[in-house]
Amino acid sequence: MSATHQFCTFSLNDLLFGIEVQTIQEVIRYQEMTPVPLAPATVHGLINLRGQIVVAIDLRSRLALPARGGETLPTNVIVRTPDGAVSLLVDEIGDVVEVDPDLFECPPETLDSTARELVTGVYKLKDKLLLVLDVASAVTVASSSLQEVLA
Amino acid sequence: MPDTLPDDLQLQLITDLLIESFEGLDNFDHQLLALEKGACGAETLNVIFRVIHTIKGTAGCIGLGRIEATAHVGESLLSLLRDGKIQTNTEIISALLALSDALRGMLRNIESTGSEGDADHSILLARLQTLQVQPAAPSASEQDAAPAVAPEPDGFGLFEETPISATPVLPDRPDATPAVQPSAPNGQAPAVSESAIRIDVAQLDKLMNLVGELVLARNQVLQNVAQPDPTALLAASQRLNLITTELQGSVMKTRMQPIGNVWAKFPRVVRDLAQELGKKIALVMEGQETELDRTIIEAIKDPLTHIVRNAIDHGLELPDVRLAAGKPAEGRLVLRAFHEGGQVNIEFIDDGQGINLERVKAKAVQRSLLTADQAARLSEREVLNLIFLPGFSTAETVTNLSGRGVGMDVVKTNIEKIGGSVDIQSRAGLGVTLRIRIPLTLAIIPALIVTSGGQRFAIPQVNLLELVRLEGDARQKIETLYNAPVYRLRGKLLPLVNLNHHLRLTSPGSDEAISIVVLQADGRQFGLVVDAINDAEEIVVKPLGKQLKSLACFAGATIMGDGRVALILDVLGVAQRASVVTEARDRASADETQAQDKRDERQTLLLFEAGRGRQLALPLSLVARLEELPATAVEFSGDQEVVQYRGQIMPLLRVARFLGGIACADTELPAPELLQVVVHSAHGRSVGLVVSTISDIVNERLTVQRSSAGKGILASAVIQQRVTDLLDLESLIRAGDPAFFEHGSN
Repeated sequence: MSATHQFCTFSLNDLLFGIEVQTIQEVIRYQEMTPVPLAPATVHGLINLRGQIVVAIDLRSRLALPARGGETLPTNVIVRTPDGAVSLLVDEIGDVVEVDPDLFECPPETLDSTARELVTGVYKLKDKLLLVLDVASAVTVASSSLQEVLA
Repeated sequence: MPDTLPDDLQLQLITDLLIESFEGLDNFDHQLLALEKGACGAETLNVIFRVIHTIKGTAGCIGLGRIEATAHVGESLLSLLRDGKIQTNTEIISALLALSDALRGMLRNIESTGSEGDADHSILLARLQTLQVQPAAPSASEQDAAPAVAPEPDGFGLFEETPISATPVLPDRPDATPAVQPSAPNGQAPAVSESAIRIDVAQLDKLMNLVGELVLARNQVLQNVAQPDPTALLAASQRLNLITTELQGSVMKTRMQPIGNVWAKFPRVVRDLAQELGKKIALVMEGQETELDRTIIEAIKDPLTHIVRNAIDHGLELPDVRLAAGKPAEGRLVLRAFHEGGQVNIEFIDDGQGINLERVKAKAVQRSLLTADQAARLSEREVLNLIFLPGFSTAETVTNLSGRGVGMDVVKTNIEKIGGSVDIQSRAGLGVTLRIRIPLTLAIIPALIVTSGGQRFAIPQVNLLELVRLEGDARQKIETLYNAPVYRLRGKLLPLVNLNHHLRLTSPGSDEAISIVVLQADGRQFGLVVDAINDAEEIVVKPLGKQLKSLACFAGATIMGDGRVALILDVLGVAQRASVVTEARDRASADETQAQDKRDERQTLLLFEAGRGRQLALPLSLVARLEELPATAVEFSGDQEVVQYRGQIMPLLRVARFLGGIACADTELPAPELLQVVVHSAHGRSVGLVVSTISDIVNERLTVQRSSAGKGILASAVIQQRVTDLLDLESLIRAGDPAFFEHGSN
């Protein structure tokens, strides 16, 4: 019971996000990436995770947040998905927090539509709001360019 | 009983039994068929006898009573055959084959459920017993002896209960097949027999030796780290290099299996099918020793079986039809495998009736896979390729063998999944040749590393023909035809494709030389212009994540010596992107199949009209919503028409106005009170396309007829008998709302 309410937190554009701790494989610092030409904009590149090739998704771009400033390097949060590991790029990694289920609330209707697809709910923490990220949708990237659809 | 004995030893015994028995039974079938053809006598029979005897013995030890009892009956019959007391005939062979099926069925049941299952084999057993008495006199005593020898666990009182005289000689298949089918595991866990592999002991010793050497080489390198000595390090790394190469080769070799392993079951398949259909077929197999990687063998097993079945069912005719056509009554099916250019070719050649093109067309139209018009325009090759479409089957009647329309498309997909290609040629009345080309292995491939736009890419050597470097004045030799650069390579025009351009990379720009990699895709040559050519290397192929699967330009990725990731170019994908392959569509090239099919995949399209009577289409995946907005809701921001939409200011683009030309006329129409708006969203922003009517949503196989028919149009196609333009959404948005894309770029 308690396990489902442990979240690994991270920040993006001063927002606090959380991912259920069990879905996280590991957290590694920024690595040099190989960009993928023609890929959807949210795919930041490929990293070599001990011999396994992992797609890194820029969460800022995925969540339609403004692009990261040049000087700070993002951190890789490697999550497990049914199709293998995927890296989510976040601004800064935070603590693992245990939250009280009573503090949960659905995301407000007024939330931006892209964000609403990805945020399953909000925990009202004492000093901040914790947005729960839906990992399965976050790692799904639609090919948005028409050329790709026709190719 | 076995299912109540979970202890490890028992499990191990059962696993061994399964592996051994499956192998044995394959051999059993094989030898029986040889026997039927009249090949060698005594030794063959001995082999057959031993297989059944071993199964009986082992099963008895572990307490598998039913298998033991079933095998026993077969053994009795075989011992009579071996001793020459009765002679083999088709009936006996059929019965013994049915026995092998029954045993296999029970073994499979053990594999999947742990028990022998409760399939009823009494009819088969009775039949086997009947056959023992048939030749009368000498076997009578054996017949009496048999029940006495038979162990009868759990009251498996088969022998007394089945009166021999009451059992008529039954038709071959119906009794055996149903008993087997329900117990066949349906692709859940990998079957026991597929999870194990036999390796030559010498091979294993060699591997061990190499690993030993590898350890020594490692020690040398490690020592060198402590006390650096450049010459020693050089020697050590050379050794390491050699050992690794050899180790790689040896490990690969353990994974190689002759294709004959897959083919082994075909004689049986052919015999059974031929008997059932009343056809006479000679199966010829050439190149059985051709080796292939295990994973590939597994992947092609089912497709190959399907092709063989198809050839027998649809291709080869009945004996009298053949005679009437002036061909020998016996049809020939030739399987041939051989290595060629780092790939394995497998050919299926039959001398049957060939594929009836008219019927294929008619069928395709009937199944509404395409319209009659389209069908009439197809070339012979394109018609042949129709049989690879899902849901296609020309068989007039659906038999249990083929004709369910799930066949050839699955064959093609499976072969293409492992990087192979399928090609079919048919000559009316003379037969069909189906050729499959597959790579030897999937894991490690030789590749050329190139640099373009500051990134490294790997190009598989399979596609590589040659390298051309133009320096100094030679650079002028590149000519252009309507913006399409070409190079005269030994008198022939080689279309050039600039990798930077097509991958939207920015090149640092080197003026010194132009490097051209001459590649072959789909039987067509083209030159890929890259910034630099680095080196040839063996690379380990790793798959790309699901997010990138849609990128046809990349076949995968690999990790370079420095630990960084490099993308592997899919030459065919690049060629398609650069339209090298599309250009020459009309030429009947032998390998056009692949390109064709990719273009022709079904798409869900939104059809709408903009302006007067002009049908446009947009892939539904790009449409977020369809809205009807009152004309009064339109406001202006600057000179851009906008509406308030879901808390955002959404710009409106009038499609007709953008496309210009005759369609511009929409301004003359009375302004509608309700605007039909197609909403496209990306990166959290939306844009509304104002159209005049929304017509339909269709799931169409898109056959592009003209590419780029004008401004804002990607291509044109015929959809629902109307010429339909595919809207170039990107350029439309760029023209109407340039800020739209800035946001999402990285």
